[in-house]
Amino acid sequence: MNEDVLKKVQSNPKFKELVHKKTSLGWQLSIVMLVIYYGFILILAFSPSTLGAPLGAGMTMTVGIPVGVLIILSAFVLTGVYVRKANGEFDQLNREIVEEAQK
Amino acid sequence: MTKRTGSLALAALALFPALAFASGAIEGDVKQQATNWHAIIMFVVFVAFTMGITYWAARRTRSAADFYTAGGGISGFQNGLAIAGDYMSSASFLGISAMVFDKGYDGLIYSMGFLVGWPVILFLVAERLRNLGKYTFADVASYRLQQTPVRSFAATSTLVVVAMYLIAQMVGAGKLIQLLFGMSYSSAVVMVGILMVCYVLFGGMLATTWVQIVKAVLLLCGATFMAFMVLSSVGFSPEVMFEKAVAAHAKHAAIMAPGKADPVDSISLGMALMFGTAGLPHILMRFFTVSDAKEARKSVFYATGFIGYFYILTFIIGFGAIMLVLNQPGMMETITKDGKQITQLVGGSNMAAIHLANAVGGDMFLGFISAVAFATILAVVAGLALSGASAVSHDLYASVIMKGKANEADEIRVSKITTVALGVIAIVLGLVFEKQNIAFMVGLAFSIAASANFPVLFLSMFWKGLTTRGAVIGGFIGLLTAVVLIVLGPAVWVDVMKHKTALFPYKNPAIFSITLAFVTTWLFSVTDSSKAAAEEKAKFDAQFVRSMTGIGATGASKH
Repeated sequence: MNEDVLKKVQSNPKFKELVHKKTSLGWQLSIVMLVIYYGFILILAFSPSTLGAPLGAGMTMTVGIPVGVLIILSAFVLTGVYVRKANGEFDQLNREIVEEAQK
Repeated sequence: MTKRTGSLALAALALFPALAFASGAIEGDVKQQATNWHAIIMFVVFVAFTMGITYWAARRTRSAADFYTAGGGISGFQNGLAIAGDYMSSASFLGISAMVFDKGYDGLIYSMGFLVGWPVILFLVAERLRNLGKYTFADVASYRLQQTPVRSFAATSTLVVVAMYLIAQMVGAGKLIQLLFGMSYSSAVVMVGILMVCYVLFGGMLATTWVQIVKAVLLLCGATFMAFMVLSSVGFSPEVMFEKAVAAHAKHAAIMAPGKADPVDSISLGMALMFGTAGLPHILMRFFTVSDAKEARKSVFYATGFIGYFYILTFIIGFGAIMLVLNQPGMMETITKDGKQITQLVGGSNMAAIHLANAVGGDMFLGFISAVAFATILAVVAGLALSGASAVSHDLYASVIMKGKANEADEIRVSKITTVALGVIAIVLGLVFEKQNIAFMVGLAFSIAASANFPVLFLSMFWKGLTTRGAVIGGFIGLLTAVVLIVLGPAVWVDVMKHKTALFPYKNPAIFSITLAFVTTWLFSVTDSSKAAAEEKAKFDAQFVRSMTGIGATGASKH
């Protein structure tokens, strides 16, 4: 990448917008995932009986089962949210930045 | 099936890091089983088919880019399947279902640790990696740093990780094949080594990826069928399944709740799994096989979906095995272990999924599942070999020794020679380590990836202040700390060296070694006031623009 293209991109307000949007979404979703997972680990470590409690009166299924399945699903849903946003809005913005830099 | 006898081999555990962290070890002896012809025939079909793929791939593999990254022509969906395939090793299939079979809920906890690393890789690492790198993760780590020291470090830690993983896979393959096919250990190890070299040598990344995809599809189909049959036997009511399992299991209701866990160990394990995934060279390499950042993102999305789905299936399979296999006539045996009589599943708990295959689908399906379980080892070792070969040829030979002036034909030749050498080394190590306790090795590989590769890779992309000195010193400190703490910990000091108590109390050093690696990398970077360091910092802006926009990134080659 030559200096000229670099300067053009850096001074383009759209680039600042892209960086801001992409990094803040990335960090937000990462934090959500980390909180979900390490929250689960902490419950596991300090209060395992919470997860071992029956889901309803007389039921064999425990609270931990749906919680576990939901954590697996949440990982999939969070990646879906990011990919949708990034492959749509962010990539559109990115294309404009690249085109304007090559003018 | 009922004729099978044999002492417990925790073969699969060696391949499966969480279990390797969590528990015991590969116990030395596995008795060879009666020859299983269904399995052998299906395995031969798989090998013939993948050799066909390799032949097809060989005709399309000419340039270095073809060899290392399949010319960047793999789609996001295909790559997602291949990544999922790297994850769904026979160890996670047999190992997690065995863990659910033994302990119930705890098995699910381990699957989660493996999965939740993926979203974080996507949000923070995947597209930057794709935009900056070409063939190996060292391309990214050394992007604005000095090539020789950084690539030497990256190649060293790649080769250590690959070697640990390969030994575990080879030993696991040998033991598994004795149990599943009734063939000898050494013939299994030699066969895995030869097939691995064939895939990589002739077909490069294209063949390696497609072998992985084919296996992933077969395994997903097989596991889906088993889970479906389990659920249909209880009228598709999970509650009925859990009730029956609780009634059958010796631990009764305890299998529905988490067992005891040490908080530091749990968090440390979670960190090793999460950040280790983002530092495993053979996984990172897959991000260079797609054409651009968009496809890289899609790969992670599909991979997360497939892996999550697979773990839910193994959970059902584990409970299905408790319900349909445990204590059934012909499925149990009594063996003597450490002077005590114990009653266990024929062949040990790792055979839970295999016995269940027999129970729900008969001999033919049993053969199919056995063949798929073995095929997964082949697919995984091929990826490892390719990753090791590219570290030697691309990082050490082309960049360090030839200072970037190697011609492409020579570079490919070096990687092919390395592939053959790795095949020979893998076979030799597989034979040497047959009777050794190697359960700690995959755990070590994950810890090194998390403590050496990940901090350097992450800081190179996110922190302007990173310098060559910081990266190399911090990276090596992470590597050494992970190795030393595992050796002093329970997995090696007590289980392998037979000392009474461990010098380091935790099974998993990741929380300490990752932190130390980050701190030392930071410290040796900020105190680096050399002129080179100032230049490296100055190059960050251009790197950042490329990592964000993909301007200047390597694109897919057109065939």
